[in-house]
Amino acid sequence: MNFQVRVFVTPKPSILDPQGKAVANSLHSLGYDEVVEARLGKLIELRLGGADREAVSARVDEMCRRLLANQIIEDYRFEIEEARS
Amino acid sequence: MKWGVVVFPGSNDDRDTAYALGTILGDDVVMLWHGDADTKGVDAVVLPGGFSYGDYLRCGAMARFSPVMRAVAEHARSGGPVLGICNGFQILCEAGLLPGALVRNRSLRFQCEQTRLRVETAASAFSAGCRAGQILTIPIKNGEGCFVVGEAELERLEREGRVVFRYADGAPNGSLRDIAGVANDAGNVVGLMPHPEHAVDELLGCTDGRVIMESVHVWLSNTARGDTAASAAALAASRSQA
Repeated sequence: MNFQVRVFVTPKPSILDPQGKAVANSLHSLGYDEVVEARLGKLIELRLGGADREAVSARVDEMCRRLLANQIIEDYRFEIEEARS
Repeated sequence: MKWGVVVFPGSNDDRDTAYALGTILGDDVVMLWHGDADTKGVDAVVLPGGFSYGDYLRCGAMARFSPVMRAVAEHARSGGPVLGICNGFQILCEAGLLPGALVRNRSLRFQCEQTRLRVETAASAFSAGCRAGQILTIPIKNGEGCFVVGEAELERLEREGRVVFRYADGAPNGSLRDIAGVANDAGNVVGLMPHPEHAVDELLGCTDGRVIMESVHVWLSNTARGDTAASAAALAASRSQA
């Protein structure tokens, strides 16, 4: 089966995110005063095959730990959908 | 002695490094291609600055999986000196050979300027020729030079005297505790953001980088004399001060 996976990689809350700060400042200068904080991360979209959701989840988790995220500075989570193919 | 300078796709300080080691220091230098499976019997390895693999994903994230990195890790495990400069430092952190990570400068700017570094300990392969407290003027040029590490690991680094270089006038990039360079627990693997290889030639106005490279001569001759006891004693002394 084919799956579509969206991996979200975000800076850990303890890590200063100067890009997010700059974005929040820009939003403030546009008048969006309600913005309390902005944090920037990455979205990685994967298309891949696998037996089932569980198998895909285990593989993607491994990919995140080994390459896609650096757990010293980043957190990750992902969503799995069956691909319409 | 013989140095190996690793060339990744996107390295751009590899030739400057070879010039510093070969022409200025007068040592033998071989270039190690990222696809090489061994380190060709060199005594010390340098991972140079640049933008390996285009800095895609994260700086150093792809380079750490190059075939040559397995050989570099093996060289490091057997006590061989390894220096990571700038992108090389980022790669060593990604590879887990050094603790921590390097993230975007707090200023969000690419910073290219001279910095004054304070040598914090002589107990590493790349500071063995310096004295603790010595000030060196070495340039930085990076966008992701802000050193971060977990709190427990940071305390451990400080306690064990493994912060090798600190920015003497405050970190230009937001690095924790003004850290510019760190060592592994054995002292043979060192990474730093500033570029000693750009500070070796009088034509460029500063030669303070030489002593960092030359330190390996001191370190290796100590090791060759079986003077690991002396090295260990120096390490212990510097750690008890810290």
